[in-house]
Amino acid sequence: MEDTIAAVATAPGESGIGIIRMSGEKSLNIINDIFKSKSKNKLSAIDDRKLVYGHIYEKNNIIDEVLVAYMKGPRTYTKEDVVEINCHGGMISIRRILELLLRNGARLAEKGEFTKRAFLNGRIDLSQAEAVIDLISSKTDKGFDIALNQLEGNLSEHIKRIREQLLQIIAHITVNIEYPDEDIEEITYENILLQINDITKKVEYLINSSETGKIIKEGLQTVIIGKPNVGKSSLLNALLKESRAIVTEIPGTTRDIIEEMLNVNGIPLKIIDTAGIRETSDQVEKIGVEKTKESFNKGDVIIFILNAAEELTNEDFMIMDLLKNKKAIVLFNKTDLPVQCDIEEVKKRLKDKKIIYTSIKEGKGLKELEETISDMVYTGQIKQDNPLLITNIRHKNLLEKSRNNLNDAICMLKRNEALDFIEIDLRNAWESLGDIIGESITEDIIDEVFSRFCLGK
Amino acid sequence: MAENFYMGTYDVIVVGAGHAGCEAALSSARLGLRTLIFSINLEAIALMACNPSVGATGKAHLVREIDALGGEMGINIDKASIQSRMLNTAKGPAVHSLRMQADKHIYHIEMKKVLERQKNLDLKQGEVVDLIVENQTVKGVITKTGALYESKTVIIATGTFLKGRIFIGEWSYEGGPSGLSPANDLSENLKNHGIMLRRFKTGTPARVDGKTLNYDKMIEQPGDKETMPFSFMNDHLHKSRVSCWLTYTNKDTHSVILKNINRSALYGGQIEGVGPRYCPSIEDKLVRFSDKERHQLFIEPEGLNTDEVYVQGMSTSLPEDVQEKFYRTIPGLEKVKFIRPAYAIEYDCIDPIDLNLSLEHKKLKNLFCAGQFNGSSGYEEAAAQGLMAGINAVHKIREKEPFILDRSEAYIGVLIDDLVTKGTNEPYRIMTSRAEYRLVLRQDNADLRLTEKGYKIGLISDERYEKFLTKKKLIKKEMDRVMTTYVSPTDINLFLKKYNSSPVKNRVTLLELLKRPEITYNAMSEIDKNRSEIDDRITEQIEIQIKYSGYIEKQMQQIEKFKKLENRKLDPDLNYSKIQGLRIEAQQKLMTFKPLSVGQASRISGVSPADINVLLIHLEKERRKNQR
Repeated sequence: MEDTIAAVATAPGESGIGIIRMSGEKSLNIINDIFKSKSKNKLSAIDDRKLVYGHIYEKNNIIDEVLVAYMKGPRTYTKEDVVEINCHGGMISIRRILELLLRNGARLAEKGEFTKRAFLNGRIDLSQAEAVIDLISSKTDKGFDIALNQLEGNLSEHIKRIREQLLQIIAHITVNIEYPDEDIEEITYENILLQINDITKKVEYLINSSETGKIIKEGLQTVIIGKPNVGKSSLLNALLKESRAIVTEIPGTTRDIIEEMLNVNGIPLKIIDTAGIRETSDQVEKIGVEKTKESFNKGDVIIFILNAAEELTNEDFMIMDLLKNKKAIVLFNKTDLPVQCDIEEVKKRLKDKKIIYTSIKEGKGLKELEETISDMVYTGQIKQDNPLLITNIRHKNLLEKSRNNLNDAICMLKRNEALDFIEIDLRNAWESLGDIIGESITEDIIDEVFSRFCLGK
Repeated sequence: MAENFYMGTYDVIVVGAGHAGCEAALSSARLGLRTLIFSINLEAIALMACNPSVGATGKAHLVREIDALGGEMGINIDKASIQSRMLNTAKGPAVHSLRMQADKHIYHIEMKKVLERQKNLDLKQGEVVDLIVENQTVKGVITKTGALYESKTVIIATGTFLKGRIFIGEWSYEGGPSGLSPANDLSENLKNHGIMLRRFKTGTPARVDGKTLNYDKMIEQPGDKETMPFSFMNDHLHKSRVSCWLTYTNKDTHSVILKNINRSALYGGQIEGVGPRYCPSIEDKLVRFSDKERHQLFIEPEGLNTDEVYVQGMSTSLPEDVQEKFYRTIPGLEKVKFIRPAYAIEYDCIDPIDLNLSLEHKKLKNLFCAGQFNGSSGYEEAAAQGLMAGINAVHKIREKEPFILDRSEAYIGVLIDDLVTKGTNEPYRIMTSRAEYRLVLRQDNADLRLTEKGYKIGLISDERYEKFLTKKKLIKKEMDRVMTTYVSPTDINLFLKKYNSSPVKNRVTLLELLKRPEITYNAMSEIDKNRSEIDDRITEQIEIQIKYSGYIEKQMQQIEKFKKLENRKLDPDLNYSKIQGLRIEAQQKLMTFKPLSVGQASRISGVSPADINVLLIHLEKERRKNQR
């Protein structure tokens, strides 16, 4: 029996709707666990190749309004049972639905896996096989991954430490199992429980950090602020021109907010502006200090634009006061014109902030801005309080698997089950963590046993 | 030099009559092939050159598997057993492990008797010095005295004899184990035939005179009251007849050792071979675990008719005077007299990655290899490989598919796959933690797992097969009864209360009750009046299969997944360098290993999951091309 696999089929943000695809024997069961059609009937053979309207639920909460197509194998792309879920393409919604599928028994598809199955099951022909191989063996695309790897170097260090801690317990249990007669003290259940609780907490922390990891997947919340006519909309348009723009409608309570998504050096920026960034009226005056503060709080990073060709005004001073403890970048725009503003004064007030001189009109300083933003993310200046970023749903999945194994072990410990059963759960947890960082060699356990314990004839 | 002369023709020739050699020779003779087994000295047949015990974790599993397949070790240790203990009974059934103390002499004599009486099997004392090789195919052997024997296959099981070198302190000399002579010429000639050899090392502690020990100062470790045989053929085992004894080293011991450490062969640098981490010498233990205040000694009798005892935990490469000095610092050993000093032995062996899973050498056709020669350690590991090499030598001659057990079927499969696919840098010891599917590969069910396979091969006697079928039938019958026998709340709630088990509201089957950890099959007898007298081995299966069904099912699912890749066979002649998309490192690894299945390929270090995917696509491509 092959695993049932799932993945997002549409490229992020390319369209208003997103499609999540699932393939494998369990597809129908899984979708029926989380989907309720208008008619409340479970999907079955009669729904084969029909679009069914309904909602995806997580427990009793509606996650999204969707159209689901169930296609019975073998007349499908993979020749297996396939389910496609059309949802509102918002990143959050797609991601949550995918996570639900994974939690209900699907496994995240590997790169090219649908196509691989299509081929192995005889769906596509020989000439396409080469493409499949390229797909599987190709390196992922460029800088984005490299940057991400740096970011995740941090994660991998963290996981290594957790595994190390886990390994110590496993080795101790192993030695108690393999060498029951040696002069080695038996590890106590209290001791294991104490440590496993600690490890579980650390794994939980990583799982929760995936919310922060959303920065990479779902955009760095970016607030652009400044007086009218300093060049806010020009900046946005310029950035849009440089990168592939994404316009997303987020359903639900914030449906009326139009957000701009754009991609800067691999980092999606989500430009937030509750009042609409293209307005040219004086925001600060209009929405007031409180509102401005509020939008600042939402932002991971704030871009404050000043008109270098004008003198500083009260509004500028007010914004500077609000910016004090924020991650912010200061732009002196319109540097193509004679400088009028008191740059030194700004520098004095915003000591630790990066200052960039731009002329958006002439395209000057934009590169520097983009680099500054990505530096801030990759060096962890943004979200310093929570530097571990789980950006990858596969990682999150493995972490959850590991957490579940740990919880199983805790459960077994509390029920006083035999040590060797507990060891199996702990080893599974250890291996799942290893899969994240590409290390899962069982010989490690044996190495640890012999280096830590004195054994032999 | 004198001329060689022809002395006979056999189907299978086994070089070495240790634990591997005996199983190899017996299996091939029992399968009807004319077999010849050589030993440098026939007194060394089934020699227990190190500890006087068989079994313990992982190893017990191997013994039961050998027995279930029709091998001899289980039956032989039952004959020689003088004490029996089940280890790990406080843990789950998967790691319960039987260990028996053996009378070494009985073990040797009984095995020799079995060999002597085996039809189709000839024994010869002699040293094999060369192989006859034509076209990269082995055709026979030549002995030191010029005798030339032709054969279709040869099995090498030379143990620690091959170019053996003994180290005792600063002294060293060419020698085999236990004062026997080494096999030097064969080593050179194997190299001439292109077989790569390397040096491994192992050691054994001193044997001392039991009469000189003061057991009052030691802790007695008697055998189990209820004994249990290793072999599925035996229903009972005689009572334990001896005890073992525990005592500990102390500061004085350690200071004597450390003061003289420069006189150790190991720390003096004479030994170049790689020793196993699980058999460190006492000086090694002191250096590596300097904060440990005491080390445990385990005194084991060598047999019923000897005063010699084995001092487990004290193997050393220090010279004899130092040995005696530090032994005498240990409580109970103050007046100890040495009979045989501890020694370390270095020997030639192959890197097992040069073997196929059938244990046939990749370079020389019809040459099979088993035991310590393959880089393993331990009697049980050796015997398991011997049995498999014997069967596969026969299959090769008869042009049958090799008999290969995979990792989900047996510890034997784990052992051989580990050796052949992963290789080893030290003498390899089996451990239960090496088995991914431990819950399924239990020692209690080895017969249920393997006897049918042994029967198909032809190693299972009618008597054994009958016994096996009866057991299976009884298990099924009792399982059916437990599954369909209902008990009502009024009949059982008092009973449940007694065992701190929550009461039931509706009637339940015995099976549902048995799933509860606190309710055992034996305890249930008071509410299960209609049960008939059933053998413990049957009820053990009922209990394990029901109590652990959840875990066992989980592993069965994993096994099903594992089997899929295992069943995707690979052509050993596949040209991996022609496969587009396969990384160079993977290509090279696959070319040298020549794995037999995609599963095996996936376990080779340096072959990534992406490589496996590429391989799968390639296989499918080829399949379709061939379809056209």
